[in-house]
Amino acid sequence: MGNVPSAVKHCLSYQQLLREHLWIGDSVAGALDPAQETSQLPGLPEFVKIVEVGPRDGLQNEKVIVPTDTKIEFINRLSQTGLSVIEVTSFVSSKWVPQMADHTEVMKGIHQYPGVRYPVLTPNLQGFQRAVAAGATEISVFGAASESFSKKNINCSIEESMRKFEEVVKSARHMNIPARGYVSCALGCPYEGSITPQKVTEVSKRLYSMGCYEISLGDTIGVGTPGSMKRMLESVMKEIPPGALAVHCHDTYGQALANILTALQMGINVVDSAVSGLGGCPYANGASGNVATEDLIYMLNGLGLNTGVNLHKVMEAGDFICKAVNKTTNSKVAQASFNA
Amino acid sequence: MLSRLILFIFIFLASHLAGNVRGARKKTERGWGWNQLRRHCGGARPRPSAGRRLRGAQIGCRGGCWAKMAAMKKALPPRLVGLTFFRAVSTSSMGTLPKQVKIVEVGPRDGLQNEKNIVPTPVKIKLIDMLSEGGLSVIEATSFVSPKWVPQMADHTEVLKGIQKFPGINYPVLVPNLKGFETAVAAGAKEVAIFGAASELFTKKNINCSIEESFQRFDATLKAARSANIPVRGYISCVLGCPYEGKISPAKVAEVTKKLYSMGCYEISLGDTIGVGTPGIMKDMLSAVMQEVPPAALAVHCHDTYGQALANTLMALQMGVSVVDSSVAGLGGCPYAQGASGNLATEDLVYMLEGLGIHTKAGKGQEELLGLRSFTQTWPTS
Repeated sequence: MGNVPSAVKHCLSYQQLLREHLWIGDSVAGALDPAQETSQLPGLPEFVKIVEVGPRDGLQNEKVIVPTDTKIEFINRLSQTGLSVIEVTSFVSSKWVPQMADHTEVMKGIHQYPGVRYPVLTPNLQGFQRAVAAGATEISVFGAASESFSKKNINCSIEESMRKFEEVVKSARHMNIPARGYVSCALGCPYEGSITPQKVTEVSKRLYSMGCYEISLGDTIGVGTPGSMKRMLESVMKEIPPGALAVHCHDTYGQALANILTALQMGINVVDSAVSGLGGCPYANGASGNVATEDLIYMLNGLGLNTGVNLHKVMEAGDFICKAVNKTTNSKVAQASFNA
Repeated sequence: MLSRLILFIFIFLASHLAGNVRGARKKTERGWGWNQLRRHCGGARPRPSAGRRLRGAQIGCRGGCWAKMAAMKKALPPRLVGLTFFRAVSTSSMGTLPKQVKIVEVGPRDGLQNEKNIVPTPVKIKLIDMLSEGGLSVIEATSFVSPKWVPQMADHTEVLKGIQKFPGINYPVLVPNLKGFETAVAAGAKEVAIFGAASELFTKKNINCSIEESFQRFDATLKAARSANIPVRGYISCVLGCPYEGKISPAKVAEVTKKLYSMGCYEISLGDTIGVGTPGIMKDMLSAVMQEVPPAALAVHCHDTYGQALANTLMALQMGVSVVDSSVAGLGGCPYAQGASGNLATEDLVYMLEGLGIHTKAGKGQEELLGLRSFTQTWPTS
């Protein structure tokens, strides 16, 4: 903006500027740097829990198969950033998701830090049993608000999938293992197009009443905008308290942070994200994937919301995994900081 | 002519080969094409909501919020009251969105001037013509600044003379001083823009004078523009932070905005020049500025350096701003952060506005806008 003389560009040390004026903190985990400019918006939650899905949702959409050791190292690094929930892997058949073939080794290999939870995806009872045998202490089940998506993705109707999940969640409850529920296509489906908020509510309510402690509402193909996010949440929040809801926004059309801001304004205080914005979109070649954890933290920090997460350490973990999968980060914060 | 034909063929091929367009036009692998998705997922007009029924509540106004919550409690059955209480507190902060938004396309100027490769004049002209066909109503064409400072804009006169001037579309140009203004008018400019900043240090480094001295320079330009009946738009840089000074107080931004407005600028574009802002800071800044200048005379110009542009823009819309600057393909980097992204991308902005049911002229031309993205990825450079 403006007419910046080219000479100026070479005189600045942007990294130094960042550290001095610090829109990016690198001090104690979770502590906002006193120099960082923050401003509270009324009506927002005071604390936001970030659920890091990079190792699972992120990696499963990456073409390059990441070696088991690298995955373990990646998760261990994430554990040291202050993140309190890190989704580790998926106990799904390797025929469907080759990236997750090493689920047992990863689960057994990671260092489980105190105070950090490591949920894993379990599509059915068999997957659940394997997960428990591998040491899982929290699980997730994956429903959809679209019949077509459910059929194409897990080869059964929504009703059939709910029955399968009921078995899993019941078994989990017997063993005192908390279960999280995901609802895909909450703001749109690649097959059906628009999805009614009522359908999302119906599926969410089903998962919640069968015992899922939290329902993560996913804009799977990133087509949502703040208006559709608001309408969907208004409907769901008539049946499920906001404290039991999370949003999981994909950034396929660049709308993720705007949608998340809307969700926060509606009272949601759990947000899923993936470091470096890992993962593409299987439905749109070349499109970006999950919202980047770094960009999310940057916004939350600026809003004066507590997350407990150290942005700088997250960026370092992101840098590590991007080098491992040989890709450029999708995080704008990381792009601005590492290349300065 | 032959070279243009070759360029068109190349673009046609490239646009079908390039897979890296965000919001890809290509039919999705297994299902709906992008247009179908857009219509079904992005195009619905929002229904009135609880948030809208709280119309008129001041953001952060405790008195207003409590009164409205009390009214809602009376209206609803007891079991929903708990949720309502929570929702009323939350949604009242969302404000009412404008029905229509004017997009000011700054790609050819702000976008290109931050691109390293010098884009040939015919390509710039082609870009602007394509943008005109995209339905945008304001396209900032170039900058009448010395080529010593901004080599990319050296061909300002040729560009302004060479573009097709569609009826109903404005083509403002940047003018840093009276000399630039006179050259611009001679080249056919019908609207100009001047550039201030809310930071003393930035002003010194950028145009080598203080903020006060810059006002004196602008005064000469504004007087000349008034005599020639040429509208002037004012820009203010660093409204949410400065690469030299760090934090910028909302009061300072309000002061500079008020000054430019009272000097005769019909609209002031508030720029988060280095993209450091977040929604709360945007709100604080706009709250201060709106005490001095009416919202209808304000615009926001967000850079996406830290991925915050769309969220910040959404906040501005919630505050009542209805003019947004953006750049096709998110053109332009950031001279202060190598490798960082630049302006808010027009396509992403239009996508959000369409999804919110907000009318923009550019919505009709969304296909053309996406075609432009391919164009900018493949253009030849000298």
